[in-house]
Amino acid sequence: MNAFLAQLLNGLDKGGAYALIALGLTLVFGTLGVVNFAHGALFMLGCFCAVTFRYLITIETVTIDPEKLSPWGTPLEVRTPLVQNWFGDFGAVLVDYSVPISLLLAVPAMLAIGIAIERGLIKHFYKRSHAEQILVTFGLAIVLQEIVKSFFGANPVPQPIPTDLRGAADIGAWLGMEVHALTYPWWRLVYLAFSLLVIGGVFAFLQFTTFGMVVRAGMADRETVGLMGIDIDRRFTIVFGLAAVVAGVAGVMYTPLLPPNYHLGMDFLVLSFVVVVVGGMGSLPGAVVAGFLLGILQSFASMTEVKSLIPGIDQVIIYLVAVVILLVRPRGLMGRRGVMES
Amino acid sequence: MTRFRLNRRNVLKGAGAGLVALSTPTIFTRGAWAQEFCNDPSKGKIIFGFNVPQTGSYAEEGLDELKGYELAVKHINGEGDGGMLKTLKPLALKGNGVLGRKVEYVTGDTQTNTDAARDGARRMIERDGAIMVTGSVTSGEAIAQQALCQEMGVIYMAGLTHSNDTTGKDKRRYGFRHFFNAYQSGVAIAPVLAKEYGTDRRAYHLTADYTWGWTQEESIKNATEALGWETVATVRTPLGLGDYSQYLTPVLNSGADVLILNHYGHDMVNSLPQAVQFGLRDRQANGKNFEIVVPMFSELMAVGAGEAVKGIIGTSNWQWSLEDEGTKAFTKSYGEAYGVPPSQAAHTGYVQTLLYADAVERAGTFYPPEVIKALEGFEFDGAGNGPTLYRDTDHQCFKEVLVVRGNENPTNRFDVLNVIGATSREEVTYDPSIFGGELGPYEPNKC
Repeated sequence: MNAFLAQLLNGLDKGGAYALIALGLTLVFGTLGVVNFAHGALFMLGCFCAVTFRYLITIETVTIDPEKLSPWGTPLEVRTPLVQNWFGDFGAVLVDYSVPISLLLAVPAMLAIGIAIERGLIKHFYKRSHAEQILVTFGLAIVLQEIVKSFFGANPVPQPIPTDLRGAADIGAWLGMEVHALTYPWWRLVYLAFSLLVIGGVFAFLQFTTFGMVVRAGMADRETVGLMGIDIDRRFTIVFGLAAVVAGVAGVMYTPLLPPNYHLGMDFLVLSFVVVVVGGMGSLPGAVVAGFLLGILQSFASMTEVKSLIPGIDQVIIYLVAVVILLVRPRGLMGRRGVMES
Repeated sequence: MTRFRLNRRNVLKGAGAGLVALSTPTIFTRGAWAQEFCNDPSKGKIIFGFNVPQTGSYAEEGLDELKGYELAVKHINGEGDGGMLKTLKPLALKGNGVLGRKVEYVTGDTQTNTDAARDGARRMIERDGAIMVTGSVTSGEAIAQQALCQEMGVIYMAGLTHSNDTTGKDKRRYGFRHFFNAYQSGVAIAPVLAKEYGTDRRAYHLTADYTWGWTQEESIKNATEALGWETVATVRTPLGLGDYSQYLTPVLNSGADVLILNHYGHDMVNSLPQAVQFGLRDRQANGKNFEIVVPMFSELMAVGAGEAVKGIIGTSNWQWSLEDEGTKAFTKSYGEAYGVPPSQAAHTGYVQTLLYADAVERAGTFYPPEVIKALEGFEFDGAGNGPTLYRDTDHQCFKEVLVVRGNENPTNRFDVLNVIGATSREEVTYDPSIFGGELGPYEPNKC
């Protein structure tokens, strides 16, 4: 039972990341009809918002401690972040909590990047074929990752978990089990809660605001909404920015779990497309359900008992499920008729 | 047509010519192998090829290894403070290059990828004219380059490679390894594990899924099972995986009380902190404290893993805090050059370059078979691990193996590992036949 619950939690935690990425991808496809192969790069850019923020607040002053010697006999250098010199303990807290605080940088930055990409490039491809959209967004993804590589290098840049959120929560004790019978890392629980919050926020935004209502109407029938005198293109531009923000914040909070490198977006791209296809092209609830479903399946496939029955299943389970779903339900779990169909 | 006749006059002529040839000063015969081997530097530059991972899972180790190589070239060419040139014994190098000529080098990025490593080594040999290729952080890279170098007749001085296969079933005449191996790690760490954690333990292995991981797992499994430990499960993880959570959750309820992480580089830097985040070290299992063991790790990995490495036991090829003269000299040179202490990767690269250059100096030629003979069976001291032997039967180095523990109370940011034991060269020496393999011929191919 404990093993089952641990794998379930792990699946939910992974699924949260998959769902967040797939949500943005589906949002863009559902509104603009664009197959955005640069969406993984937006997730990667979000990660590097966290890296940039930490880089800025950990700019150090170097002083020499004449009392101590380095192992090679020269006076020891003492490095202190500038913010710690300026703000004392508060500066130290800023450094410690750099990842969640960097969301404040990531939201406007990703919104601006998203809008710039849509206005500068994507809008010129609305009426082109999906093949051309894929080519141009794939090219964009490569350009973005090479820019990041030139600034940050090719190697992963680890980001720390805030001190208070390190270690594991004793979930077993909460459920009345023995102490340490079921533990799970705090930060992963934070990520799961964060992903649920963002997913809920996006759905609430689309469901309960006038802006959201117009966007949903535009997704259903773009031309009719336009004929009613509503500038749907401007709203869809903002939706593209919103999708970039969702991908970006998902990336920011993921950095302590997986040190980001310039190639991270490509690693997630294939996975997120599988999630979207399994969920159903253009279906927001489908993307979320498929994200969590595939995360949970991947987690259970990694159990020793399962792997001893089918070696290597953990590496292929997601793709295997995608094949089965496409054979049984070609439109995906919650796909609509007419989407991506000639 | 003149026919040769065996008569007294011809015998005297032949004997006279033979005597003249034998009495010719060796200076005229030096370089007699010219044009008979790959990238003979007698008419060109002396190029060393440093092929290390500068990107990918093991990039940090590779970049540090590269610094060690660059420092070695400086010292060989007589620049800087000379480092281990002052402590290595015996030593033929004079600090004026190799055979009186300055050494140059080219670098490559293996991308922590076997195919890229092989391609890079080939480029160095075919395009850059490297007379010696060195560098690796994975055993896959080392084995691939070693095999290529054997084919092309260029000596390969392995960098970091810990798989038993490198000097076992995949050994080559043209390949030499200074680094220790998984078997030696197992022999060295087992008594310490018995002392620290007892002989009644249940171990769960997570293993990087490639040649080094397999032999590491096999060696540690054999060593711990010989102590009386039970192996609960051995699970393979893809090389370069970032998120190990799906592999760590099954550990929680597996009945194991020890997690053995057969991971290196970024793999370990990710998996160890994640294992600690999962609360494994706070757990009790089978009435004992849950423990994590990383059979082989380095200074750089310890720094990367941060707090998680405190108290973790493993083995190491070398450590900058050793007290011998060779270590002190190298740590001083490296610290002054780069502002941090050297890692075992930098040390391995540095020593391998000096050993090759010294072998050429002793052989008096770059002709590979003569250099190989100068390295085979070579005994030396002053490189940081006490008296060391390059065994002729498998080209494996034999020296002390260190057992280290993550420092619980570091006094500065460099003070991350404590040496808690050293297993003697005799104890880690083994019969070369147990790992099989054939060295192959001395005679070089033309590239």
